[in-house]
Amino acid sequence: MSLDNLKMTIERSGEPVERDGAAFDEQRRRWEQRSAKGRPRRGPGSGAVDRTISDVPLKRLYEPRDTADLDLPRDLAWPGEYPYTRGIHPNGYRDRLWTMRQFAGFGTAAQTNERYHFLLEHGQHGLSVAFDMPTLMGYDSDAPQSRGEVGKCGVAIDSLADMELLFDGIDMGEITTSMTINGPACIALAQYVAAAEKKGIPRAKLGGTIQADILKEYIAQKEWIFPPRPHMRIIVDMIDFCTREMPKWNTISISGYHIREAGSTAAQELAFTLADGFAYVEACMAAGMDIDSFAPRLSFFFNSHIDFFEEIAKFRAARRIYARHMRDKYGARNPRSWQLRFHTQTAGCSATAQQPENNIVRVAYEAMAAVLGGTQSLHTNSMDEVLALPSEKSVEIALRTQQVLAYETNVTNVVDPLGGSYYVEALTDELERQAESYFAQIAEYGGVIEAIEAGFFQREIAEASYRYQRSIETKDRIIVGVNAFVKDDDREGMELLKITEETERGQANAVRELRDRRDESLVPIALERLQSACADPSDNLMPHLIDCVNAYCTEGEIVEAMAQVYGRYTEAAVL
Amino acid sequence: MKNTVNDRPLRVVIAKAGLDGHDRGAKVIARALRDAGMEVVYTGLFQTPEQIVQTAIQEDADGIGLSILSGAHMTLFPLVVEQLRAQDAGDIVFFGGGTIPAEDAQQLRELGVREIFTPGAPLQDIIDFVRRECGKRRALVG
Repeated sequence: MSLDNLKMTIERSGEPVERDGAAFDEQRRRWEQRSAKGRPRRGPGSGAVDRTISDVPLKRLYEPRDTADLDLPRDLAWPGEYPYTRGIHPNGYRDRLWTMRQFAGFGTAAQTNERYHFLLEHGQHGLSVAFDMPTLMGYDSDAPQSRGEVGKCGVAIDSLADMELLFDGIDMGEITTSMTINGPACIALAQYVAAAEKKGIPRAKLGGTIQADILKEYIAQKEWIFPPRPHMRIIVDMIDFCTREMPKWNTISISGYHIREAGSTAAQELAFTLADGFAYVEACMAAGMDIDSFAPRLSFFFNSHIDFFEEIAKFRAARRIYARHMRDKYGARNPRSWQLRFHTQTAGCSATAQQPENNIVRVAYEAMAAVLGGTQSLHTNSMDEVLALPSEKSVEIALRTQQVLAYETNVTNVVDPLGGSYYVEALTDELERQAESYFAQIAEYGGVIEAIEAGFFQREIAEASYRYQRSIETKDRIIVGVNAFVKDDDREGMELLKITEETERGQANAVRELRDRRDESLVPIALERLQSACADPSDNLMPHLIDCVNAYCTEGEIVEAMAQVYGRYTEAAVL
Repeated sequence: MKNTVNDRPLRVVIAKAGLDGHDRGAKVIARALRDAGMEVVYTGLFQTPEQIVQTAIQEDADGIGLSILSGAHMTLFPLVVEQLRAQDAGDIVFFGGGTIPAEDAQQLRELGVREIFTPGAPLQDIIDFVRRECGKRRALVG
């Protein structure tokens, strides 16, 4: 460009832009003609170029007409402003980066404690506890149901004694902790509070998050204990307790992650998660709580899958939908009640066992989508998680992936850099539209619990997951290393972390020893009081649970006592 | 290839054991086998090895497919093998899948699990395996 031309361009830039003028229309017609002559690419993966990974139909090109209906103050506004499409902070990541939070836990509390010290020394900001299956399902390590599962997908926590070991040498008043547990979340929270108070740290100082999202368990992850209706009361009690006594604690993490992992589409993840969130809001309001007292501490947890732009649109749509419902439907007045804050984890289901190093690349793209979507915290999966619990080396690479993203790529320099993109805005609208249509269907069932009981979510997800698998089978979609670009000996050189049977024996012995060691007279009293509280909806369960854990009742004992009142949930399997 | 031997469709039990709630894979396999013309009995979650083998015997199934993604495969697969032997049902084709490292899969094959399918295994391979092996079993047992 010559200097004169450049000068002209600069002078012209003050004039109003003619978006759909005759010249522009002429250009569009020319493009349409030329584009129509193009021959679509054939071969592997070409069967799915006209739709997202969730089967949202795509156009070849997005242009100004696709965002013509966008009402800027209503739909986009400004970062930090209702409806928060462009983010909840006025300055995006310029003031503060997201929290890098790697989920970790395996074996015994002592083994996991060692990993936590390692992660904190390597620059991680907060801790995130992965519990093993028996702990998640409410069984002690010596229960027959626990055989083969102790310490395998997370750490075994049978009692307060294990929680104390888990945080040995860690300042619970300084760090924030996220605990991924749902069925027995109220017990884990009681253990966390009790462990901190034994160190002299008051509960009001504790910062962190407990997942406690039981609705998505019935929908997708299947780690339930009690039936949905009594469990909603447990959740209302937890939210009420934390609101009054733990002002820095995020009371619940309403999760789409597991819904997506179970095979849902992006729109289903978005819609079902928000529907769950609104169900909790309604339950707390029905219990007489003021929405603005508890809503600012609700948080969300989403998946970041491999369809880059669809994920970014999903995060933006989530904020907008949530803000609209919280303000206009539920009448929240505090802007913090309108703001959807969320954690993101890269998609475990997008990782492949074949050529596992490729997962590093997938994780990097997914992490970038989460950041461009404005996440508040992020877990990046390790490359070997599809094969086993991650090794130390692969955990380090996963953390470094976030650091490269934060400090080298410069994507954090500008707030919501994709705002205004014809494609991203159109897709954001489309996902909002699909979510609203799901809300209407759920309402027809009478609500989330009724839709769970009817198997609605389970059927929708199974359908989507089967459709997706078929598209891999037909090679309409390509997964590198799986149905294209395959090679033999594709798992070589991976050092996997193994949890031994000794861990199980050791942990089972430890819980038996604990039962011998504790003051046995306190146990039945604490459990009986808890049972009375379970039967009395006007009592809050949390103080009784804290008494139980302080008496060193094990998790299995507490769950059994509660199950005697509430019963246990069983699912009619839906194919 | 045929899905019926002696005029009756092949019948397979797809099972989930232990505390593992990851049922995406099990459901996809169940539907794929059903779409391929077989009869599929899905057990639902949290079954014990004893329950799984009982279901297969009661349903007169030709095969059992067990899915485990929680890391408990080296405990639960051998328990099913043991139950099959104890119930004199060793002819039922026992196979499985999940997040199972290659060396564990090899050990399980040596213990008597007929095949282990790991993430990324094509559905068609699984369908072909079940047709072939369960078909052989049916031809023998009738």
